[in-house]
Amino acid sequence: MEFSLQEVDAIIDQWGPTPSSLLQIMLDINHHFNYLPKESVERVAERLRMPISQVFGVANFFKVFSLKPRGRFIMHVCTGTACHVKGGPKIIERLEQEVNLKPGETSEDLFLTLETVNCVGACASAPVVVVGDTTYSEVTAGKVPALLKELKDQEAQRS
Amino acid sequence: MMRLNSIQDLDALRQQILEQRKTIRKRIRICGGPGCNSGGGDRLIKAFQKLIEDKHATREYMVTGTGCHGFCARGPIVVIEPANIFYERVHEDRVAEICERSVFADDLVEDLLYVDPQTGQKIVREKEIPFYAHQERIIFNDTGLTWSTEIDDYISRGGYSALAKVLSGMKPEEVIEEVKISGLRGRGGGGFPSGVKWESCRKAHGEFKYVICNADEGDPGAYMDRALLEGTPHQVIEGMIIGAYAIGAKEGYIYCRYEYPLAVKHANRALEQAREYGLLGNGILGTDFNFDMFVNRGAGAFICGESTALMASLEGKIGEPRGKHIHTVEKGLWNRPSNLNNVESWASVPTIINNGGKWFASIGTERSKGTKIFSVVGKINNTGLVEVSMGTPLRKIVYDIGGGIPGGKRFKAVQTGGPSGGCVPEELIDLAVDFEQLKQAGSMMGSGGMIVLDEDTCMVDVARYFLNFLVQESCGKCVPCRVGVKRMHELVIGMCEGRAEPGDIEKLEELCNTIQEAALCGLGKSAPNPVASTLRYFRDEYNAHVFDKRCPAKVCKPLLTYIIDTDKCTGCGLCRLKCPEAAIIGAKRECHCIDEELCVRCGICIDNCKFDAIYIE
Repeated sequence: MEFSLQEVDAIIDQWGPTPSSLLQIMLDINHHFNYLPKESVERVAERLRMPISQVFGVANFFKVFSLKPRGRFIMHVCTGTACHVKGGPKIIERLEQEVNLKPGETSEDLFLTLETVNCVGACASAPVVVVGDTTYSEVTAGKVPALLKELKDQEAQRS
Repeated sequence: MMRLNSIQDLDALRQQILEQRKTIRKRIRICGGPGCNSGGGDRLIKAFQKLIEDKHATREYMVTGTGCHGFCARGPIVVIEPANIFYERVHEDRVAEICERSVFADDLVEDLLYVDPQTGQKIVREKEIPFYAHQERIIFNDTGLTWSTEIDDYISRGGYSALAKVLSGMKPEEVIEEVKISGLRGRGGGGFPSGVKWESCRKAHGEFKYVICNADEGDPGAYMDRALLEGTPHQVIEGMIIGAYAIGAKEGYIYCRYEYPLAVKHANRALEQAREYGLLGNGILGTDFNFDMFVNRGAGAFICGESTALMASLEGKIGEPRGKHIHTVEKGLWNRPSNLNNVESWASVPTIINNGGKWFASIGTERSKGTKIFSVVGKINNTGLVEVSMGTPLRKIVYDIGGGIPGGKRFKAVQTGGPSGGCVPEELIDLAVDFEQLKQAGSMMGSGGMIVLDEDTCMVDVARYFLNFLVQESCGKCVPCRVGVKRMHELVIGMCEGRAEPGDIEKLEELCNTIQEAALCGLGKSAPNPVASTLRYFRDEYNAHVFDKRCPAKVCKPLLTYIIDTDKCTGCGLCRLKCPEAAIIGAKRECHCIDEELCVRCGICIDNCKFDAIYIE
């Protein structure tokens, strides 16, 4: 998604330019552009009449925000307790081997960002991996290559 | 939608909905909870809807996408009313068959019925399944019965009747008294008496007051709040409107985790519907009571589950907590009196008003009243959400409801209370679970997560896991939590990696005590609990890691050695081919061996060996 200041303004206007809307505005920008472009943070601070340090502080504090561009697919591997005891860490290890990414990193071609999440509340299906709106249940290290292939296929279909 | 201008209007609407539904012969309830959805529950709802529509049978047969049924291990779940036939693990390709035999006819699809593992008998009706039969469902009862996105369905089941009761003559003080009599204690972890909190907030000075619903369910392994907010958002909203009336609040917020997008969606939809009916806004149900509320999303910070951090975040600040000397009921959000309760507490309010505080107080133990929803997950057969009365023995939850441990493994402990809680070991399996008993055992209720651990779980690794979590999630405001927990984490990592020295356990204990005394907020003070409780009950495992450099549960990788059994190995070479590190050597048809230096202990060789020739020591 190309950056555009108009779109940032539209999001701000939707929530109203007040400090209490800050988090909601930033969440929508982060979702819209897949990360928080630096210019958008500056714009938000200006429009909400907040110190830019506070806006950057919030951007750094909360885990959801990324100040760097992220992949077209963002894979969240759940590291909640239920997933942990059922083998979640093995999924991350296997992913590290397969795509050479550590949690928080994005592949150079912007195909994939690997992230961890502390519980998505689907503990009965543990261990789970969430990509976009889809929750993959009972994932094992062995299923990782097939999952990656599925994402590649999805992308091929899109284009 | 018409606006309801009086309590009579609400009753009339309820009658009208029930009248419209008289033609309905059967109702298909499909679970759309988080567990079932990840197995295709949402697709199932659409498939049933399409089939019934295609047959032009919507007048007689109703398809309902409900919230979580609780029995997530068996999902996706489909129940057919009025007989309440329970079908488990249903997939789309069975929809036509189910409709043919159990909806349009009165037959059963035998192979989709639940089979009792004890007796081998098939069970037809939902309530007769041991998982449900042993529960006492009050707060979580409607979640699997109500159409989660339709306000009319909630109203038809008696929804908003508690609000009507309150607005038709109860004084705010009377509402508060009823909640006090019920003995309801905060379900988010603290266990503070809700009625007392409401009273303080009502008495606090200030024109503008807030009610806040804490739906920032960060405790990993607990998802009852998600299930409630997704499944029965109106139950939570009704509770909050009643609370707002009692306290005198004009505005409310639901602060929901970013990780629960469906809960945000359902809550927003429910608010819109409530607004259209005039259950929110100005002049609610024709009275002079004004109140409106909004959903705010969190952004992935565990600390925002703490009340003052949550309020800071609502104000657009970093989610840092503040000292407890100023109470939020007096100076909370925007320095105005604010009453915060969690989802489950709010959801309990309508039932308490409808049935009376005395009735609620008759359930449970002396100091812990009512029921509690637990998410029973981890190494257990019947994973899911369970509601039992306070004081139910742990054994009943793990074995009668939970169905015991899979694979015939031995039960080791239950972890409760998330990162602020601790482990309850096997010897305390008969513990009567309530606020006091759990605290006495060195754990806590928390929001009700129960992670069952079996013999294959290393308790030092569990402590390491929670410390890692807490190091990441510490907001960094106070030194004991920011630095102390980090040092604890380093010490425990050392144990897991075989670098620990004698005396490290004592250092850990000292840090536990200091942090418990000196941290700023509740989450900081309780951060050492996972270590303190495992040290209390599983000290031998810590000793094995520190002194023998051994992990008894065979989890901590650096302490493990992979060995090939020379008697069993046939030299097939499969492990050698599969090993990603080329750490396995050996000629064809000759016994292979593993180079310990190169081995990364990934376990791929064990998974692939057809002769069980590789073992861990």
